[in-house]
Amino acid sequence: MTNSAPSLDSASPRLRTRPRHGDTPSNTSEHLLEVRDLRVTFPQPGGAVTAVRGVNYHVDKGEFLGIVGESGSGKSVSSLAVMGLLPSSAQISGDILFEGRSLLGRSDRELSKLRGEGISIIFQDPLSALTPVYTIGTQIAEALQLHDRNLSKLAANARAVELLKVVGIPNPERRAQAFPHEFSGGMRQRAMIAIAIANNPRLIIADEPTTALDVTIQAQILEVLQKAKDLTGAAVVLITHDLGVVAGNADRIAVMYAGRIVETGTVDEVFHAPSMPYTIGLLRSMPNLATAGHTRLVPLEGRPPMLSNLAPGCPFAPRCPIAIDACRTTEPPLTPISGKPLNASACLRVDEIASGKLNRTGIYPVPEPVALEERAEIVPESVLGVEGLVRHFPLTKGSVFKHTIGTVRAVDGISFDIRSGQTLGLVGESGCGKSTTIMEILELAKPQSGQIMVNGRDVAAMSTKERRALRRDIQVVFQDPMASLDPRLPVQDIVAEPLTVHGVPARERLQKVRDVLDLVGLDPSMASRYPHEFSGGQRQRIGIARALVTDPKIVVLDEPVSALDVSIQAGVINLLEDLQEKLGLSYLFVAHDLAVVRQIADNVAVMYLGRIVESGPAEDIFNDPQHPYTRALLSAVPVPDPSVERTRRRIILEGDLPSPTEDITGCNFRTRCPLYQLMDAAAQEQCRTADPERRIVKGSSVACHHAEHIGLMS
Amino acid sequence: MSMLEEMPIADTSAGEPATVTGRKPVSRFRLVVSRLRGTPRFWVGLVGLVAVILWAAFGLIPNAWNATDLDVYNMGSSPTGLHWFGTSDIGEDIYAQTIVGLRKSLVIGLLVGPLAAIIAGVVGAVAGYLGGWWDRIIIWFIDLLLVLPSLFLFILLSPIFKSLSWVALIFLLAGFGWMIMARVIRAQTMSLRDRDFIKAARFMGVDTWTIIRRHVLPNVSSLLIIDATLGVGGAILSETTLSFFGFGIQAPDVSLGTLLAAGQGAAATRPWLFIFPAAILVFTVLSASLVGDALRDAVDPTSGVNRD
Amino acid sequence: MIGFIVKRFINYAILSAIATLSAYVLASLILNPAGRYLGRNPRPSDETINAILNGLGVNPNTPVVARLWTWLVNLVTHGSLGDTIHNTSVISEMAARAGTSLRLLILGTIIAAIFGVVLGVWGAVRQYKASDQVISYASFTILAMPSFVIGILLMIMATGLNNILGMQLISFTGEYTAGLDGGWWTLFLDRAAHLLLPTISLALMGAAGYSRYQRSAMLDVLSADYIRTARSKGRTRGSALVRHGVRVALIPMSTYFAYSFATVLAGAAVTELVFSWHGMGEMLVQAITESDINAFTGAILFNAILVLIAGTLSDVVYAALDPRVRV
Repeated sequence: MTNSAPSLDSASPRLRTRPRHGDTPSNTSEHLLEVRDLRVTFPQPGGAVTAVRGVNYHVDKGEFLGIVGESGSGKSVSSLAVMGLLPSSAQISGDILFEGRSLLGRSDRELSKLRGEGISIIFQDPLSALTPVYTIGTQIAEALQLHDRNLSKLAANARAVELLKVVGIPNPERRAQAFPHEFSGGMRQRAMIAIAIANNPRLIIADEPTTALDVTIQAQILEVLQKAKDLTGAAVVLITHDLGVVAGNADRIAVMYAGRIVETGTVDEVFHAPSMPYTIGLLRSMPNLATAGHTRLVPLEGRPPMLSNLAPGCPFAPRCPIAIDACRTTEPPLTPISGKPLNASACLRVDEIASGKLNRTGIYPVPEPVALEERAEIVPESVLGVEGLVRHFPLTKGSVFKHTIGTVRAVDGISFDIRSGQTLGLVGESGCGKSTTIMEILELAKPQSGQIMVNGRDVAAMSTKERRALRRDIQVVFQDPMASLDPRLPVQDIVAEPLTVHGVPARERLQKVRDVLDLVGLDPSMASRYPHEFSGGQRQRIGIARALVTDPKIVVLDEPVSALDVSIQAGVINLLEDLQEKLGLSYLFVAHDLAVVRQIADNVAVMYLGRIVESGPAEDIFNDPQHPYTRALLSAVPVPDPSVERTRRRIILEGDLPSPTEDITGCNFRTRCPLYQLMDAAAQEQCRTADPERRIVKGSSVACHHAEHIGLMS
Repeated sequence: MSMLEEMPIADTSAGEPATVTGRKPVSRFRLVVSRLRGTPRFWVGLVGLVAVILWAAFGLIPNAWNATDLDVYNMGSSPTGLHWFGTSDIGEDIYAQTIVGLRKSLVIGLLVGPLAAIIAGVVGAVAGYLGGWWDRIIIWFIDLLLVLPSLFLFILLSPIFKSLSWVALIFLLAGFGWMIMARVIRAQTMSLRDRDFIKAARFMGVDTWTIIRRHVLPNVSSLLIIDATLGVGGAILSETTLSFFGFGIQAPDVSLGTLLAAGQGAAATRPWLFIFPAAILVFTVLSASLVGDALRDAVDPTSGVNRD
Repeated sequence: MIGFIVKRFINYAILSAIATLSAYVLASLILNPAGRYLGRNPRPSDETINAILNGLGVNPNTPVVARLWTWLVNLVTHGSLGDTIHNTSVISEMAARAGTSLRLLILGTIIAAIFGVVLGVWGAVRQYKASDQVISYASFTILAMPSFVIGILLMIMATGLNNILGMQLISFTGEYTAGLDGGWWTLFLDRAAHLLLPTISLALMGAAGYSRYQRSAMLDVLSADYIRTARSKGRTRGSALVRHGVRVALIPMSTYFAYSFATVLAGAAVTELVFSWHGMGEMLVQAITESDINAFTGAILFNAILVLIAGTLSDVVYAALDPRVRV
């Protein structure tokens, strides 16, 4: 459509006032995008499912709209409808107006002219979203040439390199020649953003753009997205399940539940004065770095309804603590809140909430802590000790004659100690070695180097029989509650499986299964059902019940809540806390979500490239981190509070996690260390040559030469 | 595909049983059955297969002739009211012969398919779960068997099997019919091995054989059922080809293959000698493979949705 | 990439070598070349039989390992595969027949691959539409036929056609018309006419199998996220499927090609027999019926070499299509 390829220099003012060709838009609506009463229905063998049930929203030029919702809320479906990318079987009604012109009912060919040029989209999983057989540069150039037939291949490639530079990919000339599988997740997402902004669209839809990424990479991507928005002047619709992600960036927010928008408003209003009970509950159930650890989480009971089988009335009514009879018969429309023109809420009792007649904090009861007499007595002793644990994998190359070319230092000498009744949170980004660590521990085998002590006994020195007996004491709960339960076995067999190993008679097994199911809050009469009959949260409770059935002392929790929806997480975290109190359990809690760790851990160990860089009491580490990596990690975590988000300064780490094969002399964090940049030559020399030993600084044990100067970073 | 995850139907779980309001959750089995019911291909195949089996069992009852009867007054007759499929040069009733041949071919197919699937399941699960050297050796052996057409091996081995009864042929066909499926099962097992429920069982101390028996085999069973169904057709094809060239079923036993061999010479001039047995053969194999293919579509969670 | 292909080549070479050697051993254990002479009238003396068998190197009284060794030494030092039971050299026998088989195989495979891929992609894109149903049922029906039935049905149809036309338009017995006089062009046309039905027969079977596989590979790709990305850039659905989908869906086909090649070989052998071609398939079957160990091993070696070539070729294609295996 445009003959010249406009440059993306931020100084170029013509970007925003670029003349548009084609038919003149009939400017009946002043909004850039307006969605009116959108409904999307998918015909299914078991009856049609209406995934989007009457959604209205609009986006203005240059605006940043956040759409928040849990899985199944219809947030992605509604955005795919805007792009015209839904399957042809989907039945769409309502209207979608872009620049005043309706998009529904247009042919694929007409829409394809608009896609990429007027509206572009960034998808969640950047690995599967890029064609594996074409280079990154080709895929960006393709986007350019599709909308500018006169653009030569050479010019398109040059522009592609330029775009890669804009989104912050180092060595763009060389990297443009690379294939998607040679890029890291964060780099792929940058390339996706480059494709999205290639034709200077007026609207960018970002569909969960950071969900698959680590928190430090997420911070980078959000920054690139903001930069892309500033450069192109495009409006952005950011779709996410994470309230924290939109808190800092968005102008307005729409909260979706069961296929509808249930609350919308300016970001401050929605976060500080939410008026829909669902939003209130969601905000209260989220572990929040700023508040976690002191108060109990407030769970949002129940689960979202099945859209295929929707009862009349407000879909949130079954979970709503303040639902009245009217809620169960009429579904409230999205009505504006008096006095706040931008805000609207779909709740019959919105006036009572908005006026303060109903106290927001009082809507959801705070669960009681475990009564003192129910608490287990704890003898303080070490139940799990790890000393200098090492796990290296040889890296081989060559397809004909294999030879070792390097070593992957997955776990490179880590030590920690867990006492009975305590929780150690092991945190770090993916690839830091935390999963390898727990796998090594759970194998109960002799490690390559170092020592694993369970109940004070070295596992390396055990016989097979002793080792099997020891497995009673150490059990595991996995991340994905669906994958960790065999779909072909009834729940009672799943939960009883650890007992069969130890030769417990059948009758005793059954009794024990009923006991633990009761303990985790499941009805023992459901023991004969199969896993698929349970919800995600319930399945995770089954996984916990299986871990508890042998009366273990230690439970290894591998990301136990990260696969669950936000509103379900709180209930499982509370359960884990209660069980610990009642049974005197010790937890090794592995997670990447720092807020969750903050909520449950007594002690924290932060891992980076196979090492523990900082460890100590959770309180100290979260309040006053001494290692630059910990500090950067904490600062990257988005906080679901717009005023906090706007005022704080983020420390953005540069680049990706280095490959664990790389041999970095001295301190292995120095390649990305913000503190290193600030130090003088002599101090930098020390970082380059000497591997820092862990030492105590202000209560925590830190592996940094210059921890005393950490203050320079803020 | 994130959009499908967005759609709650992909989640086959139900509401909180504490507050059960709606329908019972759809189990995987019921989902497969309901998908099958909606597949015309499945009905065509199933009806065809049942009809063929019933015909093989009871088809001789209304017929006036037995397979061994010779009608010396009607030699080389074309299809008539007396001889529905015509007769051969020496007056054998082709209808009766076709049914007898079909019986043998069906028995062989129905036994070989499941037998080969069982071998494939065990070998594939062991290779995939144990990994390492076990896996390498098994895969290498499978590749070796796959390098050369098994037809040639059958022909080479036929002098041995000719001296044994036709039952030996079942084991021969099953013994060389499992390799490709074993590779599929192995790949499936390898992905299962990394699933958390298998890891969980290992960390509980459950021993290897119990894991394969309790967790791996039930979870690949749908693949095995499909393989067994598709194997029926494959086995019938192998059997007829061998018998056609004289390496399979030997006289006095009759199978569709031997019938076709007998009718081959006259195929152009007296087509009924060839066409009728051939049509029955194709119909049988086609029915079995339609059922197998419909099963595969129904089991595969991503199939059947119009995805564009 | 070179490393990958070299590795795969070595793997296939070892497999082919072992397959050939075990074929030799198996044939030596099962076949009884002496049987052929015992039934003769007058029955030759044991010494004569022994001498003949020794000359061929197939005497059952010599241990198999020793015979295998001699066979191998002969192969390495003289490049000889021994003599057939008719006292011709196996190599010359193969040389006379190989061309016939290769002509059929190469033509049949190429046609099958092209049609299979096109029909498979078409069927996937039009899933459950009428054209997909027609293609599906047609390929299921073809796959439900043994190859000899296809051959004979084609012959019946050709006979019918010839009768209607009243002339010998399509010839199908043998590889050429014996004793036909004429120029180069006449002979070429004659051969082409004879080639028609066997090639169709082989190509039909291949195309049916490939199209089913290509269809499911393409269906996997249809729902891929990168198709959605390509459309979000501004491609129409059709153009995204062609430019991004087909390219990726071809990758599994290259592997399938190698795995299905043994089936193609068996089909080609059967087709040769049905159409009375004097090719390698006939040589193999005859060798077994005549208990000719050397000829059998030669035929198997021929097949093993073809598998080696087909396997390597498919790996080259695979590496060319998929950048992820290029090291």
